Amino acid sequence: MPWLTLIGAVPLVGALAVWLPFTPAAKARVVALATSVVALVLTLAMALQFDVGTAGEYQFAETYRWIPDLGVSYALGVDGIALTMVALSAVLVPVCVLAGWNELEPEQSKTFFALMLVLETFMIGVFAARDVFLFYVFFEAMLVPVYFLIGFFGGPNRRYAAVKFFLYSLFGGLVMLVAVIALYVQGPGGPDGFLTDKLTGLDFSGTATERLIFLGFFLAFAIKAPMWPVHTWLPDAAAEAPAGVAVLLVGVLDKVGTFGMLTLCLPLFPEASKWAVPVVIVLAVVSVIYGALLAIGQSDLKRLIAYTSISHFGFIVLGVFAMTSYGQSGSALYMVNHGFSTAALFLVAGMLIARRGSARIEDYGGLQRSTPLLAGVFLVAGMSSLALPGLSSFVSEFLVLVGTFTRYPAAAIVATVGIILAALYILLTYQRMFTGPKRDYAAGWRDLDAREAFVVAPLIAVIIALGFFPKPVLDVLNPAVERTMQQVGVTDPEPTVAGVTPAAEGTTP
Amino acid sequence: MTPLVSAAPSLADVLTAAGTIPAPKVDYFAVSPLLVVFAAAIVGVMVEAFVPRESRFRVQVGVAVLGLVAGAALVGAVAVDGRVLQTAGSAGAAVGGIVGAVVVDKPALFLQGSILVLSLLSVLTMAERTVESGGPFTPQASAVPGSPAESLARRAGLVQSEVFPLLMFSVGGMMLFPAANDLLTMFIALEVFSLPLYLMCGLARRRRLLSQEASLKYFLLGAFSSAFFLYGTALLYGFAGSVRLFDIAQAISGDSGPVGKDPLLLLGIALLAVGLLFKVGAAPFHIWTPDVYQGAPTPVTGFMAACTKIAAFGALLRVSYVALPGARWDWTPALWGVAILTMVVGAVIAIVQTDVKRMLAYSSIAHAGFILTGILAYSRSGVSSVLFYLLAYGFSTVGAFALVTLVRDAGDGDAVGGEATHLSQWAGLGRRSPLLAGLFTLFLLAFAGIPLTSGFIGKYAVFSAAVAGGGWVLALVGVLASAVAAFFYLRVVVLMYFSEPSGPTTVVATPGVPVVVAVSVAAFATLLLGVFPTVVLDLTQGASAFLP
Repeated sequence: MPWLTLIGAVPLVGALAVWLPFTPAAKARVVALATSVVALVLTLAMALQFDVGTAGEYQFAETYRWIPDLGVSYALGVDGIALTMVALSAVLVPVCVLAGWNELEPEQSKTFFALMLVLETFMIGVFAARDVFLFYVFFEAMLVPVYFLIGFFGGPNRRYAAVKFFLYSLFGGLVMLVAVIALYVQGPGGPDGFLTDKLTGLDFSGTATERLIFLGFFLAFAIKAPMWPVHTWLPDAAAEAPAGVAVLLVGVLDKVGTFGMLTLCLPLFPEASKWAVPVVIVLAVVSVIYGALLAIGQSDLKRLIAYTSISHFGFIVLGVFAMTSYGQSGSALYMVNHGFSTAALFLVAGMLIARRGSARIEDYGGLQRSTPLLAGVFLVAGMSSLALPGLSSFVSEFLVLVGTFTRYPAAAIVATVGIILAALYILLTYQRMFTGPKRDYAAGWRDLDAREAFVVAPLIAVIIALGFFPKPVLDVLNPAVERTMQQVGVTDPEPTVAGVTPAAEGTTP
Repeated sequence: MTPLVSAAPSLADVLTAAGTIPAPKVDYFAVSPLLVVFAAAIVGVMVEAFVPRESRFRVQVGVAVLGLVAGAALVGAVAVDGRVLQTAGSAGAAVGGIVGAVVVDKPALFLQGSILVLSLLSVLTMAERTVESGGPFTPQASAVPGSPAESLARRAGLVQSEVFPLLMFSVGGMMLFPAANDLLTMFIALEVFSLPLYLMCGLARRRRLLSQEASLKYFLLGAFSSAFFLYGTALLYGFAGSVRLFDIAQAISGDSGPVGKDPLLLLGIALLAVGLLFKVGAAPFHIWTPDVYQGAPTPVTGFMAACTKIAAFGALLRVSYVALPGARWDWTPALWGVAILTMVVGAVIAIVQTDVKRMLAYSSIAHAGFILTGILAYSRSGVSSVLFYLLAYGFSTVGAFALVTLVRDAGDGDAVGGEATHLSQWAGLGRRSPLLAGLFTLFLLAFAGIPLTSGFIGKYAVFSAAVAGGGWVLALVGVLASAVAAFFYLRVVVLMYFSEPSGPTTVVATPGVPVVVAVSVAAFATLLLGVFPTVVLDLTQGASAFLP
């Protein structure tokens, strides 16, 4: 059964159904929710059949010739890392559809939900692609729905934000296009020469060639992730986008950058990746600190969350390029955890902004007494974001730091400062927005209603569950990480620190 | 039929060989597409003279469409036939290959087919009469703008139909241009397709002074460039003793001929290149493009942008791959410079344009630069990529310009005004006419090279050919220029969707069936070539070898 094609096609069909003229505008959201739930159910059904024992291999593989003249195949398949990312997308889309339930006029909602579903198709495609060209196609095609989502439904500065987002990403993507071409030229060629399998372990014609091609890929992923100093589009885009779109943008789309580093850059260009490690580590640490510092200074709630994400992406990149199995497992897990905790933060922010009509932090205060549930959800999501033990991000952040420390102690120590700063930006914000005496503006506010509870409950549940018991996910991720490590040709440095973290006990060989 | 008489130098050869003047041997089947198109053009002239005025327009459109369809069918037949006879007007004995004025090889057939298909779409846009009863052309081109004669002609309801035979002559010349096997035939083809174009540029119904200015500019600059071409031909003849492409190649690489140092050769190549680069609109020979694209009647602009590019790049391909490969190291550096300059100039200057037609003109300049990178790859995949790009770009261009004709100023009462080409008038179009804005966005995304559109595959193909040929610098400049270009394409999207409508001064006309068909075909092809390009890529790859 072509699971992945099916999961990708369902939202596309749904998008068409939403968009078609004879679908009543009022029903658009229902169709969208139903479709995305079907896709989620299919994804879960697929995940249940996933063979954890061989999670390092691509499973549910489908390979067809697509454009043999250019060496392009339609090749899908998921290993452990890709599976978790597909699952992350499939979970977050229905949540975001539900979050956007009442946000729009019925007339507009058709476009909104159709674009969301198209975006889901592209996201699943990009994580499942096993052909570099196909990956690139999804990577670039994703820009179009996001561009329109921000441009149509964003805040007052949406035009600027949408264009900035598009141009940054397109620039990175086009540089990557040259690298993609050069990679194919270096590869074996032929009608299926773009399959990642065929391009892994290439004998490059020169060190410089490999490094240049690596840089082409890395630049695109660094912009996408985004890393300092090519991060400036993210705060604008995330702040202007509606909450649901911001969730998908930061929670899933940006992961394509770190996902690409882990599953494309490292296996395809092992030597160049090792060559780039010092610089990338430094950039990652800078991102961690810089993102956190700027987050503290923000007056806009959504911009704040965007900057915290830049800090978190720094951690993820740090773990990927630490070249240890702990670091990479931690990063892969971090991608999932960050998706959920940031989603919760953005969604609560969206709910608050919908009530208050302003995203400025100083316009809030004393909400703990008026809307205790909202405050609680924000606190849990925030605590996860600052890596409180018992919540999901703790496990991944700890793994990343441990993995980094064994090889680059200095970088790990500096990055640890990021955790302290995280406590500052989350707790200060909580203090400013939620504590204090009850204020007038919130007099008639309702607390979390049923729909909103449905939106955040699954996220909170996942955050807590993965905080206490991350083993199932780590079991799926670890074999894939091991395989990447083999492909890069690195081993964990001695002495290993196996067994230090109870969370990963027995899962990391 | 000029090209079928064998060219003078070959006659000389034959005379010394045989001592008699043989009748030129013509493979009528191989040149039948050309013959049909030219015949349709001549029939069109007759129609203009003899058919009564009321039915003239319909007959003209019918003749043109019939001629183009028959031509396309014959191109298909010749291509399928397999025993592709590479010579027409051959004088018989082959001297190191093929002697003749016309060479119908696979690239030529592909280019001819592309030109015919895109011309067909252009004819449909020119036959538009629903938006404006008189169509996009002036009723009487000879009347001075603003004169009583002009208003008289308008009130009499005269309908311009001479444009169709002109178009057919132009199409015939374009088909001959990339199939010409010697420089003289090529020059004649150049003139045959250019002269009607000069005229057609001046036929706009509205803003006639602008249109006539465009026509005059195009004519003057075109005449210069033709002179360059002819001078180059003369110098190359002086170098090689022949105007036949193959003989020139022989003279360049052969031991007997004057070895590559001859200044005649270099000057000749340079002048020839100026003539050809002018026609493709490459910088620094691009100055005419924005003015002409803006002034010409929009359906003619679409036709020029799509078909002239195909013909001129086809000829450039043939000259550089058949005649001048031996001197490659002399001229490629210059062409590199031209390609880079063209991409940068086109993309950068387009940013500051405020008129949609001028913007598309600069965009076409940038695209000419991208195509040049494919030519510079100097490989079969380079040829194949250029062929694909030309077809893909042609479809999107014809479609985009056809849509431009529909956005109008609000006129008095029910009548529509002229085309609203100022970008500010396009603001908020997405709300007023989602379909038009959506289709235009599709074409813009194709121009920008976003995946799943034909533009992406085309760009990928030329850049990959360039990288494989060692031109990764070109590819890098190309993608950077693409990023810049994306900015101004996006600006139009932003205007159409994310801006408030500019007021009731802009209306979107409801097109008639021909334009609907043309735009639908163009949009469909743009998507199809983006998602399933294999069929066409197979064709272009099969058609990527020039016969000497």
